[in-house]
Amino acid sequence: MNATRRGFLKTTAGLVVGFYLPGRGEVAAQGTAVTTQRVNAWVRIGTDDSVTLMIHKSEMGQGTVTSLSQLLAEELECDWKKIRTEFPGIDPAFGLQGVFGSQSIRTGWGPLRNAGAQAREMLLQAAAQRWGIGKSLCRASDGVISNTANGEKLTFGKVADAASKLTPPTGLTLKNPGQYKLIGKSMKRLDTPDKVTGRTKFGIDVRVPGMVYAAIARCPVAGGKVASFDATKAKAIAGVRDAVQISNGIAVIADNTWAAFAGAKALEIKWDEGPNAAFNTPAIRKAFTEQTLLPGASARRQGNGAAALDTAGKKIDAVYEAPFLAHAPMEPLNCVAHVRPDGCDVWASTQMQTGISGIALQLTGLRPDQITIHTQYLGGGFGRRAGTDYAREAIELAKIVKVPVKVTWSREHDLQNGIYRPASVTRFAGGLDAEGWPLVLTANIACPPMGGSGSFGGGRGGGVDSTSVEGIADLRYAIPHMQVDYHSVTGGVPTTYWRAVGYTQNTFFGESFLDEMAVAGGKDPVDVRRRLLADVPRLLGVLNLAAEKAGWGKPLPAGHHQGIAVVNNIGSYTAQVAEVSVTGGKLKVHRVVCATDCGQVINPAIVEQQIRSAIVFGLSAALKGEITIDGGRVQQSNFHQYDVVRMDEAPAVEVHIVPSTEAPGGMGEAGVPTIAPAVCNAIFRATGKRIRRLPIQGQELA
Amino acid sequence: MATIRFTLNGKPQAVDVSPDLPLLWVLRDALGLTGTKFGCGMAICGACTVHVNGTAVRSCSMQAAAIADKNVVTIEGLSADGSHPVQKAWIEKDVPQCGYCQSGQIMGAAALLAKNARPSDADIDEVMKFYICRCGTYQDIRSAIHRAAELQANGGVK
Repeated sequence: MNATRRGFLKTTAGLVVGFYLPGRGEVAAQGTAVTTQRVNAWVRIGTDDSVTLMIHKSEMGQGTVTSLSQLLAEELECDWKKIRTEFPGIDPAFGLQGVFGSQSIRTGWGPLRNAGAQAREMLLQAAAQRWGIGKSLCRASDGVISNTANGEKLTFGKVADAASKLTPPTGLTLKNPGQYKLIGKSMKRLDTPDKVTGRTKFGIDVRVPGMVYAAIARCPVAGGKVASFDATKAKAIAGVRDAVQISNGIAVIADNTWAAFAGAKALEIKWDEGPNAAFNTPAIRKAFTEQTLLPGASARRQGNGAAALDTAGKKIDAVYEAPFLAHAPMEPLNCVAHVRPDGCDVWASTQMQTGISGIALQLTGLRPDQITIHTQYLGGGFGRRAGTDYAREAIELAKIVKVPVKVTWSREHDLQNGIYRPASVTRFAGGLDAEGWPLVLTANIACPPMGGSGSFGGGRGGGVDSTSVEGIADLRYAIPHMQVDYHSVTGGVPTTYWRAVGYTQNTFFGESFLDEMAVAGGKDPVDVRRRLLADVPRLLGVLNLAAEKAGWGKPLPAGHHQGIAVVNNIGSYTAQVAEVSVTGGKLKVHRVVCATDCGQVINPAIVEQQIRSAIVFGLSAALKGEITIDGGRVQQSNFHQYDVVRMDEAPAVEVHIVPSTEAPGGMGEAGVPTIAPAVCNAIFRATGKRIRRLPIQGQELA
Repeated sequence: MATIRFTLNGKPQAVDVSPDLPLLWVLRDALGLTGTKFGCGMAICGACTVHVNGTAVRSCSMQAAAIADKNVVTIEGLSADGSHPVQKAWIEKDVPQCGYCQSGQIMGAAALLAKNARPSDADIDEVMKFYICRCGTYQDIRSAIHRAAELQANGGVK
């Protein structure tokens, strides 16, 4: 146990209830809690009536601090205004700690409510003992316990110490949905007030006494090494103190961030660029495309794809492509590290606490209890902060400089020395039956592995990277014959998760090609989906809801056209209808109607926020996002070359939520996949032009 | 190094920095006011926006020497207690997600409303399209600016 947690548990009197938040893969299918003796999260009721939730989660805009607090408070019956959240230091013994895959609500759903109920029952028991009455005569509400026999009242804080002497009860019955007071309500986000006054501390805002600033010049070609360097010019810059070599490049140490950036730019470095210098985008596209002509590793076999194609009444085929993408969170990557002979502290806005802790152990040789990871607020993550490269550099440098050091990445470093959403190519063939309904779908996917931060591609045909085929291999459509092949390929840059992972490109491919099959069969795209989703009621439900709310098939304003797409990812079901116009070759996305079924909604306003967010994020990629490679180097350096959707380009978004008491699904990534295919399917209806490669920008739309 | 004197959030301030150090790093590194954010360093994204003599400027691209004797206001000084109409509207509409770009968005919106008390959607887009939000809060920002205009009309800007 590290200092932070010890402090939390010891310094304040009151009641502390520990519980366990399971990691990915530890949650039963129905979202029930995992039985365990381990503890990795706590709720504390202070004698001052404060309620503190201590959880190893990362707040990166998805509202997790607020919605997890709602789960706790629903059962605890505390005063909502008194809840605070802290991020504990982390312990390797806890197992994997990180925030990705939209799992916080899914994994926290059972444990947080149960912990709230345990603490409430202990407080009620303590009050009952104080009053000398039965617990059943005591009621808790808004942080106050009432004696229903005589109307006496005690705040939680008054009995917190006494409650801490009791044993946490087990086997508690949680509220049924009809009893919810907070779950399903649009509670205001707890993190907003600090975010409008500049008080929120992101990783980049950490300041530690004695801290120096650093920036790192990294090889422009991934995997390249320093051959030699000359820091004379860098050291001549005012504020630059030193330049030292670390495994990933040359670090310039300075009195401020600006001097460190200038110093890093002024370094004269000879690089040994290594084999990745041979890569460039045209050759990567060609190689991936050629690969899709060969049989790959089997990602799905259902019926007999090849034979069915031979007998199909009508056949179509198409090749789809998506580029590499950067995450470009608004907060550039950064990390503060302080390594001492007897301890190591790391301050980071990260999605991957466990990974950083492991790196600190490995690099410092210290014991686990000597290492503390301080999680800060994240200025966006989108999967990039599930990597750990930024922390490894800082810890390595901190060992050399021996004082606290903050490594900040410039935006150029972020875009050019990154880890990327893979580029990929998928070759489809589809066959229709005699009546024009889809009979067979085959897909051959060439994609660098997404699963595996920083990986440089695996062996060709050597197995299936599940995250690289999701969105196609797991399509829910009742097409009798389906065959999906996968090729692990490389483009010479490291690849990783990106908000919504494989669905980011595969749903664009699959939902666009399904639209092509509908057109080839002379069918309405919504009718085709309805027929193929007859046995997937939740996906069918959002399809019908989105179509109805968008007025599918009804008259639209002159020049407006609609396209639709659906997806089932991260335990949620989403359909989007995009309404576009193309005038003189210029595309405008006017309106997006989104229907979502994410099971039990914790906070509808946050669900709507996440969908609006996902649509802008996905639209940025669809319209403009592209990282290209030349000589192994990323060619885009800043937002002028890697632009994103701006306010004047953002469509009006309408969100319709399906009421549900199913276990909650994820939300952070649910709205991303469908926007690109919905827009491209609408472009087809507007122009007859089928978009098979992203981004749309730069392509003729006439 | 040079001593630059200016007014920061209503108080006299002196700082010893290299005259070419951008205002952003004067604020963040030299003075420890971290509410103003670094996003691109090229005046493209708007995260570093502050007010200099009442005008919204990109602090990443303004040198320290240029702020001598000027009046600089950052997010920390927009109001003493988060009570500026723009901040109140932002809270009412729960605009921020990750929140990183919001200091810049708020400073940009406040400068807009100081010049145009009742901006149309088009007026707002024309100014705010130069502020990037990767969380995509644009629809919420636009609606909060309209709300801030109402609050401002009712109570005036402090």
